[in-house]
Amino acid sequence: MKYSESIRDAQAVMMRQDKRVFVCGLGVPAPGEVFGSTRGLKEEFGDQRVFDTPASENGTLGVLLGASLQGMRPIMVNQRVDFFLLALDQLINHASKWKYMFAGRQEMSVLIRLIVGRGWGQGPQHSQSMHALFAHIPGLKVAAPATPYDAKGMIISALQEGGPVVMIEHRRLYDEAQDVPEGVYRVAFGQARVALEGKDVTLVASSHMVSEAKKAVRLLGLKGISAELIDLRSLRPLDVQTVYSSVKKTGHLVLVEGDWKPCSVSGEIIASLAEKDPGIFKSAPLRVMWPDMPAPTSAPLEEAFYPSVKDIGDACFKVLGRPGSVSEEESQEKVKFSGPF
Amino acid sequence: MPNDIFYDTHMKNKPTSYGRMPGIPDGKDLKRKLLRGMLRLRLIEERLSAIYHQADEIKTPMHLYTGQEAVAVGVCAALRPSDTVSPYHRSHGWYIAKGGDLNAMMAELMGKEAGCSGGWGGSMHLLDTAAGVMGSSSILAATVPHAVGAALAFQMKGEDRVAVAPAGDAAIEEGVFHESLNWASFKKLPVIFVCENNLYSTTTPLSARQPRVDIYKRAEAYGMPGHRCDGNDVGGVYAKAVEAVHRARRKEGPSLIEVMTYRWREHVGPHYDWDAGYRTKQEVEEWMEHCPIRALAAEFPAQEVQLLRDEFEKEIDESLAFARQAAFPRKETIKESIRV
Ligand SMILES: Cc1ncc(C[n+]2csc(CCOP(=O)(O)OP(=O)(O)O)c2C)c(N)n1
Repeated sequence: MKYSESIRDAQAVMMRQDKRVFVCGLGVPAPGEVFGSTRGLKEEFGDQRVFDTPASENGTLGVLLGASLQGMRPIMVNQRVDFFLLALDQLINHASKWKYMFAGRQEMSVLIRLIVGRGWGQGPQHSQSMHALFAHIPGLKVAAPATPYDAKGMIISALQEGGPVVMIEHRRLYDEAQDVPEGVYRVAFGQARVALEGKDVTLVASSHMVSEAKKAVRLLGLKGISAELIDLRSLRPLDVQTVYSSVKKTGHLVLVEGDWKPCSVSGEIIASLAEKDPGIFKSAPLRVMWPDMPAPTSAPLEEAFYPSVKDIGDACFKVLGRPGSVSEEESQEKVKFSGPF
Repeated sequence: MPNDIFYDTHMKNKPTSYGRMPGIPDGKDLKRKLLRGMLRLRLIEERLSAIYHQADEIKTPMHLYTGQEAVAVGVCAALRPSDTVSPYHRSHGWYIAKGGDLNAMMAELMGKEAGCSGGWGGSMHLLDTAAGVMGSSSILAATVPHAVGAALAFQMKGEDRVAVAPAGDAAIEEGVFHESLNWASFKKLPVIFVCENNLYSTTTPLSARQPRVDIYKRAEAYGMPGHRCDGNDVGGVYAKAVEAVHRARRKEGPSLIEVMTYRWREHVGPHYDWDAGYRTKQEVEEWMEHCPIRALAAEFPAQEVQLLRDEFEKEIDESLAFARQAAFPRKETIKESIRV
């Protein structure tokens, strides 16, 4: 099952078993069906539970929060995370705080699906991920699944547990496929996954960067370096312990994140480890992230902007203090996106 | 037809009318100016459609203006070079109509350094301050308050200038649109809100997003005049714009103009999308029947129109040649500091 299908499936499974769940957002039932992730839902569940909304992100989220206070379990879909920034007032001032303002007497429950774009001239307002922004806010749960299995399991957890949940979905993951169980299963928030075991260096990634890091691990293997890859899955709560155990073993840490460096999730991980056990590092950790500027549109600039698989591999050589690098040709991006998307 | 009410009441059998406004050249000169503006825009966009995927040289999501030419051309014809527009994602029409540089736009679409945004912006982010094209944004309604702010600055500095805030029909659904109207009205700012009502937001029809309340009527609630006009009648658009510009220059405050128009091609990209399933081919063809350019061109000798076409095609050839030979921005402009 593809990533997009697993998201669709999770929503369908939950709508079948829980009458409170409904899905809406601009373009949800429209042709294209949010890159396939809401395909057929309207046909199965009707237009009372699967519907389009006005282009009113803050208003829409506020309305959904109001519905959640009456016992509903809404899912709000946004074709780009960037558009959702208009709803930050309802998200940050209300959804995340509600439970705390009223001593737990009431809680706002909504699942917010945010899609991240990248490449093919998406430009500065269609390519942000905002991992760190959302992960900064207490009262929110933030998922950034890298696999179809996790995407489905985390949607189900979000809807069953309630509370405001932000799920960041990278568009480049949408076609990645994997076996996904039928029916209901959960993937817990705050539990990272060791995606690949290794002993020399720890690589930490989330979302699409897990796929990129995987490619780098393979190239490193060809050069005799064994890297352990940790997929964070959940950015809030953040599972620092799993990273800790891995770095305890390897002593070296490279973090790969599709986001900017200052105040990032990766920075938080390094800080947490340093607070816990400053002696854990045998070398200074390295972060492979975006340059400190918005993404440009021009193709060559864009290519220079996004770190490559080679950048990830080379960072591992560097923390290990070894000369050398992964080979240029092998790390070439194979994905040819014929945009726009 | 999902938007039959809007379509039937407001689009069918509308007489073409050309407004007479004091101090503005009328008659054939004006018509020729409007025809030139629309035809040039059409040919630019048609050429872009033709080459978009061909050589993969334009790597940027492109929202084409085909079919809506009368809006930007009609409104901008009522403006002075010193006035400003703050466009949105469907930005080519406003950029060109306001006097933006075609070479620079073509270079921008190809991501070149000579582009009007240095290659950093692409189709959705065009800028030409000399021509009064303030930067366009891809976030719905985001530039509407920018135009209000421009008008605020004009007022504070005592400048006789007018700002235009174009917005699609979906932008009307954003809170900031209404906040902007309120702002402009209580400050009596020289700004004109232009809603290009093309009946769809991406593929979602108006009827799935808004109650059947006419957009132009909402102006009244904010204490400003609201007008609606036929977007296939460039003269009518022009006349309404002139009225609003006069009002703004007389320091009487903002206006809202809703123009009923139609996007011929897909929301983003160069294709016709008859088979996408959200609108019928018949609906598109009916609008094409009412092509704003064809109606006006018919008033001129065919030979004259052909000469115009030849002139513009040549200009487009040259601008594309310019863009193709232009250099890409240097990769080093992406700071190296944070890379490994
Ligand atoms: C805040 C925000 N929400 C959603 C979008 C996604 N989006 C891009 S264009 C578009 C449709 C806009 O329709 P309209 O305003 O009528 O302009 P048109 O494209 O029809 O010219 C949408 C929903 C966006 N760009 N910004």
